[in-house]
Amino acid sequence: MKTRRKKVAPSAPLLPKCPTGINGLDEITSGGFPRGRPTLICGEAGCGKTLMAVEFLVRGATQFGEPGVMMSFEETEPELKANAASLGFDLDRLVRTRKIALDYVHIEPSEIQESGEYDLEGLFARLNHAIDSIGAKRVVLDTLEALFGGFRNEAILRAEFRRLFRWLKSKGVTAVITGERGSGQLTRSGLEEYVSDCVILLDHRVCDQIATRHLRIVKYRGSLHGTNEFPFLIGGDGISVLPITSLGLTHEVSTERVGTGIPRLDAMLGRRGFFRSSSILLTGTPGTGKTIVSANFADAACRRGERTMFFSFEESPNQIIRNMHSIGLHLDPHVKKGLLQFHSTRPSLYGLEMHLATMFKEIATFRPQVVVVDPITSMMNTGTPSECRAMVTRLVDYLKANQITSLFTSLTRGGHSLHQSEAAMSSLMDSWLLLQDLEGNGERNRVLYVLKARGMAHSNQVREFLISNHGVDLVDAYIGPSGVLTGSARAAQAAREKADALAIIQDGARRRREVERKSHALDRTISGLRSEREAAEEEVRQINAQVGRRTRLLTTDRIELGRLRQADSASAPDNHTGMKKEPKLP
Amino acid sequence: MTPVKRSKPSRRRPVDTWDLRLYVTDDTPRSRAAIANLRSICDTHLKGRFRITTIDLAKSPERAKGDQILATPTLVRRVPIPTRTIIGNLSDIDNALAALDLNTNPHPGKTAESRKK
Repeated sequence: MKTRRKKVAPSAPLLPKCPTGINGLDEITSGGFPRGRPTLICGEAGCGKTLMAVEFLVRGATQFGEPGVMMSFEETEPELKANAASLGFDLDRLVRTRKIALDYVHIEPSEIQESGEYDLEGLFARLNHAIDSIGAKRVVLDTLEALFGGFRNEAILRAEFRRLFRWLKSKGVTAVITGERGSGQLTRSGLEEYVSDCVILLDHRVCDQIATRHLRIVKYRGSLHGTNEFPFLIGGDGISVLPITSLGLTHEVSTERVGTGIPRLDAMLGRRGFFRSSSILLTGTPGTGKTIVSANFADAACRRGERTMFFSFEESPNQIIRNMHSIGLHLDPHVKKGLLQFHSTRPSLYGLEMHLATMFKEIATFRPQVVVVDPITSMMNTGTPSECRAMVTRLVDYLKANQITSLFTSLTRGGHSLHQSEAAMSSLMDSWLLLQDLEGNGERNRVLYVLKARGMAHSNQVREFLISNHGVDLVDAYIGPSGVLTGSARAAQAAREKADALAIIQDGARRRREVERKSHALDRTISGLRSEREAAEEEVRQINAQVGRRTRLLTTDRIELGRLRQADSASAPDNHTGMKKEPKLP
Repeated sequence: MTPVKRSKPSRRRPVDTWDLRLYVTDDTPRSRAAIANLRSICDTHLKGRFRITTIDLAKSPERAKGDQILATPTLVRRVPIPTRTIIGNLSDIDNALAALDLNTNPHPGKTAESRKK
């Protein structure tokens, strides 16, 4: 939107614009209708021509200080007031305060006879009077074509129309003329040949039993304008046109991270969660807990004090709140505080464009920081794949441009087509989480893994996703011989591992005890041997002592004998006595 | 239908005067032609039983709304009812007379008489 305005800025002085004040229309027309020139709004019956014209006048009178004249050829003044009231406009008050002048022109062909020449000076006089009486800057003629039914002389009428538009231009008022769509041309009586500056075509198409209003600028002389068909809606507060052109990939990025509300999931995403204003896709088969993850995400955002908008296409707000109570998640306080807003609609309520338009409008009003769409696939069934892809692109672009973190859930049918159906959408998404059911051992278990997460480190692990009455948790899944083990198989595996571990511990203890016993036995043997050795040493000592004593005795004996015998030969008696005395020893 | 039509004018005799309003814009040849044509028709067919009010929308545009005037010149026959609206400068006299229910009775006196009865 901003880029468009910038682009147009230099050409603005060339063609002054008259802002319509209609949501989105000024963006498409780069500023509004051409000021001081007539604009033609054409379309089939019931497509909102008159309402658009009325809103143009009311907005002009209330927002831009430009009084307006409404000359109606079809609806009476009370009818106009009642119709405008449905858009929340108080025409009566505006008329009383002389901001708007209403003039109902009654044409009853059966009451009018023609005789001779005439012109439409009466109409000019009336219009001129109405314009001058309130100093009008805007004029609406709705529907001028009704005059063709009132006057037989078409040549005069056409000449007068040409004069009328010239006169309106010279009067300097910005005029809006409405016209009924004709076959083969824009209006039934070719009004477009007089109004050549700006032509807007409204359309109300039914596709697959779903009606969507579209607006297209057929031509706009001297100005850039959006050329696409833009959906628009008539709501309780006027018309909203959605300028859903691709904004280009120029949005700002954030390095800030936002938590998911599931600590283990944050841990899988580099401990800090997703990037702010990124788009996250959460795909899963039915019953895998997509809404639960979304609700956790919303809850975490609300806890951070961020405004969160929850678009639900399957459940009513109360149902979501009730269901989340069962896992211990209380969303109602956030709703009461005004942080969380639910918006539940059936996908079949209206077409894709209308859905998108409604969402844009809600987002623009609520200005959330986090948006959850649960599930985006519901909408996919209301259009062709290419339309859906375009729609998601525009939604993602819009959210990113507004720095909104978005979580989309996507329902997939089980089986191998999982990736195919999402491949187109995934390229738009920054992160992709996958929830899956694993069936085995007579049970179904949920697993979650991060398929991609642009620009951040993320775990490659498959985690089992557990939902209990106090919230959700992710636990490590076991990888068994036959693949990932979850649920009771995981529990069994865990028990088995526990048992194994216990067995190892017990075995170790037993072996330790055995070794200890053995070493004790050895110790005992060692101490026995030691005492034996000590005994031997003791004996040795005793022997040594005895030997010493005997030696000493012998010596003293020999000396004694020698002394007694007075012998000088020591050898013979020495042996003799030695041998003899030995047995005497104890 | 017929008895009602008869009785009404007979009861309100003074209202029998035709009340005609001629809306014109400015003093243009067309306006003057319209005024002249109307006068000649009235003088011929309604001798003295008519009142013409000429309204110039260029001077009093606010009066256009009341009689739902778009084209000028426009002649509005307010009395007798039903109201008739004839647009144009009345140059096509036969057409104008038909529109005013005057052509079938070329003699105004007779018309008045038949009406009264």
